Amino acid sequence: MLMKLPLKNLECLWEEEKLIKIVKRDQPSRAIFFLTPVLAIFLTLVSGGLIFYILGFKPFEALKFFFIVPIADMYGFSELLLKATPLCLIAIGLSFCFKSNNWNIGAEGQLTFGAIVSGGIALLFYDQEGFYILPIVILAGAIGGMLYASIPAILKTYFNTNEILVSLMLVYVSKLILDYLVVGPWSNPEGFNFPETRQFSDSARLPLLVEGLRIHAGIFLALAAVVISWFIFYKTYLGFQMKVSGFSLKTAKYAGYKGKKMIILVFLISGACAGLAGVGEITGPIGQLHREISPDYGFTAIIVAFLGRLNPVGIIFASLVVAITYLGAETAQIFMQIPKYTGQVFQGMILFFLLASDYLLFFKIKFIGSKK
Amino acid sequence: MHKTLIRSFVSSLVFLFTFTVAAVAKDVKAAFVYIGPTGDHGWTYQHDVGRKAVEAAGYKTTYVEGVPESADAERVLRQLANSGHDIIFTTSFGYMNPTNKVAKEFPNVKFEHATGYKREHANVSTYAARFYEGRTILGTIAGSMTKSNVIGYVASFPIPEVIRGINSFTLAAQKVNPNIKTKIVWAFTWYDPGKEAEAAKALIDQGADIIAQHTDSTAIVQIAEKSGIFAFGQASDMDKFAPKAVLTSVENNWGPYYVDRVKAVANGTWNQKDTWHGIGDGMVVISDLDSAIPADVRAKVNQLEKDLASGKVHSFTGPIYDQQGNLMVAEGKTADDGMLAGMMTYVKGVEGDIPK
Repeated sequence: MLMKLPLKNLECLWEEEKLIKIVKRDQPSRAIFFLTPVLAIFLTLVSGGLIFYILGFKPFEALKFFFIVPIADMYGFSELLLKATPLCLIAIGLSFCFKSNNWNIGAEGQLTFGAIVSGGIALLFYDQEGFYILPIVILAGAIGGMLYASIPAILKTYFNTNEILVSLMLVYVSKLILDYLVVGPWSNPEGFNFPETRQFSDSARLPLLVEGLRIHAGIFLALAAVVISWFIFYKTYLGFQMKVSGFSLKTAKYAGYKGKKMIILVFLISGACAGLAGVGEITGPIGQLHREISPDYGFTAIIVAFLGRLNPVGIIFASLVVAITYLGAETAQIFMQIPKYTGQVFQGMILFFLLASDYLLFFKIKFIGSKK
Repeated sequence: MHKTLIRSFVSSLVFLFTFTVAAVAKDVKAAFVYIGPTGDHGWTYQHDVGRKAVEAAGYKTTYVEGVPESADAERVLRQLANSGHDIIFTTSFGYMNPTNKVAKEFPNVKFEHATGYKREHANVSTYAARFYEGRTILGTIAGSMTKSNVIGYVASFPIPEVIRGINSFTLAAQKVNPNIKTKIVWAFTWYDPGKEAEAAKALIDQGADIIAQHTDSTAIVQIAEKSGIFAFGQASDMDKFAPKAVLTSVENNWGPYYVDRVKAVANGTWNQKDTWHGIGDGMVVISDLDSAIPADVRAKVNQLEKDLASGKVHSFTGPIYDQQGNLMVAEGKTADDGMLAGMMTYVKGVEGDIPK
């Protein structure tokens, strides 16, 4: 993520004016590191307001319906948490990969495969009740995600393939497997051949936290992931290895780290998190397998991971921010007839502004004052 | 202290509630939930045309487009039910369980689910169109006009709705031309211009000179136009996208039904129903026939359309055999709705197997 930008020309341009000078920092600024996400969100809001204005909507009213109205009551807030849970969980997993220079783009596939494995187990028990079912179903999802993430990991370590391509392509493979299963062998025998499975039994469903709301026990999985990942990142040898590999692969090699083991390990962790996110969706609000179990959480979580600066606490906030762009888009369309796809525009803008403002990490702006 | 606080909170809530109810009781508000963008020129586009008809009839409407069939659908439905809408149309099969779940919580709101079969609560109705009647017309035209005797068919998913369409199309084509074969390519999507175009090209390579589709984009008719062969539009009149290739389209015409149901809510006469309307009720409409269709075929098709509308002709009239030659519908009999609803076998003359 830390990239060197060739900005010499720009520097000269400013130099001529002599009003502002751009100076390269000796070290990336730590304060700026955590401030830029805030700046990115601010710029997104301003540009969003501008877009609304150009489209002919009142900008403040539109922003209010986008970011405040959806979470103004208890129900809305619980929906925000429900939406943020899979994003947070996947992003935590991805941060293991991204921190150590492993570009796992296929969390969506790992989510889908985790859901397939755990859904398959849940379907085995469709007519049974028992306390032991849910733990098996959850475990199966984590294992499914790990298995699927191990494919790009092993191919990368032993066959030198590019993990970006492999993990991305496997997303489409997993979706086709899911299609095949829900259309064919796993489709509900009483469902008139529609592409969906039976409903899972109550014992295979994550318990609801509050009666009447959809927020479920899956949020504890996400919180546990946050705590565990914080511990691993900052308190363990593995975390240190990941950090060094992230800064410089050469240094990591020089230090004698056995890269292969670490690569496979971070992919497995990442896959387990994505798989658990899949379990949370199908055993939480959905309750069965069908073709659309995730509205691309695995891809959106990439934005969340970077917006949260690959920091567990940052990811919590980032997942809430991104989750609200989904809810806000719906509210804005219902109450103001703003096209729902603006939600995706907001997500794109956040990432764009974040990457752009990373410039400030390496350069600082000095105000010299005008030469009157 | 706490008690008074809670009491005043509750009473203000009650006040707010009665106030809102009183405010919306005057005029009925309808909401529509769409799976795709309103500009898809296919499935969602036609539902939105229906929504505009409701607006034109003097009712307020709201819509939410691009609602995935994931856990999000339930939230959108609840929000619509909670914000003063009296009737909510959910226009994709995948909304079936969320629709029934939210309907339970809002007994005073009416729910109308398209293409599903679950009506678990008194305030849920289902509706669908007998598109297969339109496909009988398309099959008749295709059978009369093919020269290669190979007709291509781009299908979406192996569900009864689609199998039924393939069968009724093939039966009608065989009736006018016993030598035809229907070749199927499964695109496994409802809307993906890229995949649909690939499927169409594959069929043309296999010798198809007319292509029918059960997917929603205009990609297939455009490929047909480029390749100089014929095609049929789906869901909306696609003539303007491929004026030479499109012989006619089967249009989904939801407007009359939507206006009818919203009016019923306004008059207090809404009741639970399972509606399955065809050409006769105007839910399925055949677009203008292209000038490339010869006069004799044109006359035959016009008569067939009238007979399908009046019920004199049924798309599935025996004898009908499956691919293995087993009798599906006996001579002189017609397939009942139960058989149509669960149809999962090809009739004789369709090539290939249903993906399992």
